[in-house]
Amino acid sequence: MVLEVKNLKAHIDTPDGVVKAVDGVSFTIEPGETIGIVGESGSGKSVLAHSIMQLNPKPPTFYPQGEIVFEGKKLLQLKEKELQKIRGNEIAMVYQDPMSSLNPVFKIGDQLIEAILTHHHMPKRKARQRAIELLTDVGIPDPEKRFDAYPHQFSGGMRQRVLIAIALACNPKILIADEPTTALDVTIQAQILELMKRIQEKYGTAIIIISHDLGVIAQMAEKVLVMYSGRIVEKGNVEDIFYHTSMPYTWSLLRSLPRIDSETRNRLLSIEGQPPNLVHPPSGCNFHPRCPFATEQCKTMYPQLTKRSGDHYAACILSELEFKEAKKRLENREQEGRQKHV
Amino acid sequence: MLHYTIRRLIAIIPVLFIVSIIVFMIVHLTPGNPAYLILGEDSSPEAIEQLEQQLGLDKPKVVQYFDWLRNVFVGDLGESIYSEQPVSQIIAERIGPTFSLMIISMLLTLIVAIPTAIFIVWKRNTVLDPIFLSGSLLGTSIPEFWLALLLVFGLGVTVPIFPVAGYVPITDGILGWLHHLLLPGIVLAAVEIGLIARMLRDSMLESVNQDYTKTARGKGVKESTVLIKHVFSNALIPTTTVIGVTIAGLLGGTVIIETIFTIPGIGQLLIDSIHRRDYPVIQGVILFIAFVYVIINLIVDLLYAFLDPRIRYD
Amino acid sequence: MLRRKRNLIPFVFLILLFLSTITAAWWLPVSPSLMDSSLRLMPLSSEYWFGTDHFGRDIFGQTIISARVSLLVGFTVAVLSTVLGTITGLIAGYYKKLDSIIMRIIDGMLAFPSLLLALALVAALGGSVTNIIIALTFSFWPVMTRVVRSSVLQVKNIQYVEAAKTSGVKDPVILSRYILPNVLSPIIVQGTFIFARSILAEAALSFLGVGVEPSIPTWGNMLQEAQIYITIAPWFSIFPGIFIVLTVLSLNLLGDGLRDAFDPYAKGKRKKKKRLIKRQ
Repeated sequence: MVLEVKNLKAHIDTPDGVVKAVDGVSFTIEPGETIGIVGESGSGKSVLAHSIMQLNPKPPTFYPQGEIVFEGKKLLQLKEKELQKIRGNEIAMVYQDPMSSLNPVFKIGDQLIEAILTHHHMPKRKARQRAIELLTDVGIPDPEKRFDAYPHQFSGGMRQRVLIAIALACNPKILIADEPTTALDVTIQAQILELMKRIQEKYGTAIIIISHDLGVIAQMAEKVLVMYSGRIVEKGNVEDIFYHTSMPYTWSLLRSLPRIDSETRNRLLSIEGQPPNLVHPPSGCNFHPRCPFATEQCKTMYPQLTKRSGDHYAACILSELEFKEAKKRLENREQEGRQKHV
Repeated sequence: MLHYTIRRLIAIIPVLFIVSIIVFMIVHLTPGNPAYLILGEDSSPEAIEQLEQQLGLDKPKVVQYFDWLRNVFVGDLGESIYSEQPVSQIIAERIGPTFSLMIISMLLTLIVAIPTAIFIVWKRNTVLDPIFLSGSLLGTSIPEFWLALLLVFGLGVTVPIFPVAGYVPITDGILGWLHHLLLPGIVLAAVEIGLIARMLRDSMLESVNQDYTKTARGKGVKESTVLIKHVFSNALIPTTTVIGVTIAGLLGGTVIIETIFTIPGIGQLLIDSIHRRDYPVIQGVILFIAFVYVIINLIVDLLYAFLDPRIRYD
Repeated sequence: MLRRKRNLIPFVFLILLFLSTITAAWWLPVSPSLMDSSLRLMPLSSEYWFGTDHFGRDIFGQTIISARVSLLVGFTVAVLSTVLGTITGLIAGYYKKLDSIIMRIIDGMLAFPSLLLALALVAALGGSVTNIIIALTFSFWPVMTRVVRSSVLQVKNIQYVEAAKTSGVKDPVILSRYILPNVLSPIIVQGTFIFARSILAEAALSFLGVGVEPSIPTWGNMLQEAQIYITIAPWFSIFPGIFIVLTVLSLNLLGDGLRDAFDPYAKGKRKKKKRLIKRQ
């Protein structure tokens, strides 16, 4: 186990009140493992990622509860100086928007070298050599020449490769990728995901990949955490999540995926309603106002994560069987509605 | 970059043309006969006529303008009515003190404004930021001539550290030069510091939460390095344009400050000439200052482009 | 907007200054123009709050009535340059063909530091309240033109303007009914700043002896006379200056407050991105 997050809460002070962006999240990650975190925008994924990096601006962010333990070190208690030794060195991050994540006024190579020299003392010539190696590793053609280029001379996909190279500069134990492919074309997306897998095999890095796109998660991750309004509402292996879905929110996410193999092929189902207000979250289960299966009980009782099978946990009062039946009823109703409509 | 430079060079031609028309009009389209204004109401008609001929005032305005422009092109700005010296020569004699004053106040401004802005951005979530904002607003609300009076009273008379008047050329010793220019330089800088530091702070704050600073922090780079290296270097680019604004402020300010501290520069020359109704000199000085200002703005724009690789490598 | 203390205080100050200066004749205990050579350069006292000047006049009264010209000049210049600048800015922003001509002229005018252009004009026209107003309007009007033009360029292509255009609404109507209301806030903010800067400029010109006729009391004229007495009667220089600072600061605070009130998302990423796009 390289990282353990225990009942973490990350709250943000805003003029409207305290936003409970992360509200009691626990999970662990093993060396070389890939864990996927999925959820809508505003579900707290990014705040969670930045909590692990300890890069949420403080204030307004504060951590009222919980622990983040990285190789025995409690990150929440570390001083800024010690955190700097971990950031980029042991835990590194790749961000969503490659177009703006590189400093426009510095050369690509120098930004890469900065990542190396921040943690290792070596002559600049040697750092340059290492940087070129890294650029080769992430598939930048002609790295010797591209070293002296500026970010604006690179395409989005190439910039993301550079950012991955920066993240890998010190061979970190954990790589956090926050929506790494969202801003890219579909074909480039696939290449970047391929690259990350290859890198993981070569370096044995554990990867935390954050996405709102279940397709990306399915392709990359072994374990999946589904987040909703700052909490984990379902977690398990990829198979559990995709084939034994036990939480209505996960099911809604899956239904909103464009698919070509199901009876809903002509319609994209969106999730009804708005993501919840995080200052005044709904009572009971946060998802109940949008949940097609919600009962009176859901309005008052918050369901804890309960074990479904093996490592599969879900936070819903419906058991797997009850959920299956409820789904069937709903689908039948929809079918009838459609027929009536025709 | 070459392309950009050429485009920018071409763009100043119409500006200089308009500038020349405005300068020409300022003197020639004023109510009343300039010859009257120069010689006074009760001068003899012969004298007036003679002066009109001497100044070419009897020709049509358009002809006068192009005559004047042709002379300007070869550096002939006419002759002073008061001292009968060539205007270009008078200006040349007065450049030294003005440029010295501007350089000193520019340096003072940057030396104070840059670290202040970085410090404020570093402490951006504390009470220092609103204090700084109020301070900079107050700074831009103080008339520089009044500040000059107060400082003359404080640092020149009550605690006499600085001389309150006069100028020593740098060739007579750098210390005396600096000693005489420091107080006026401080006054000029004081007004600009608030403005520049404020603009720097604003553009640094825009830059401080950009994604690339997250990348830098994610590398484990120290916050101070993030601010000085990544944020400042980006904020500097838009701030170069501010330097153009500052120089405009300083050019306007020197006129007042030179008068108060009796520094024999271009500003004092202008005010004296206005009092003497020495129109050729007024015209020459204003044209010269506008020209300098246009050229400085050109340099600033090119510097802007050079600092930004996105334009440099276009 | 006035509910915030930061905005209310300067607003109240300006109103009080305005009211007290126009009603000064009724309530000032000592007539400000009363000279008394036995009372030359007296320091502060209970009768002469700000002391007396070189003619033995009450500096407090002088300072109060001086606000008339300063406020008059500042306000008139702000209004005139706003009106002129709005018209030229709307035309330049809306009509592509006229844009380059107008903006070349404006660039040419902006090639002069504003105080300098005013100085030159006053030198030619002669110093008087009217001429100061003309000169300062000429110096500040181009600034307003630029502000209005760039705002117009931003809203010109918004869909409802496009829609009005394609449905045959006439240009003057589009400009006044569709575009003007959308660029009003930067105009008002800039107008407030011009008000403040005109007061400073008028004071500077009068101080240099090329502004308002010396017989008319203004803060700049007072300081012009006071400067030679700075060592023996510093109060003579201090109080008119404080009033300039307070008035200008109030206007600047109001301008800042207005800007915040109009633009709640003060300068975010959006502007930065826009600039980047423009540059590339």
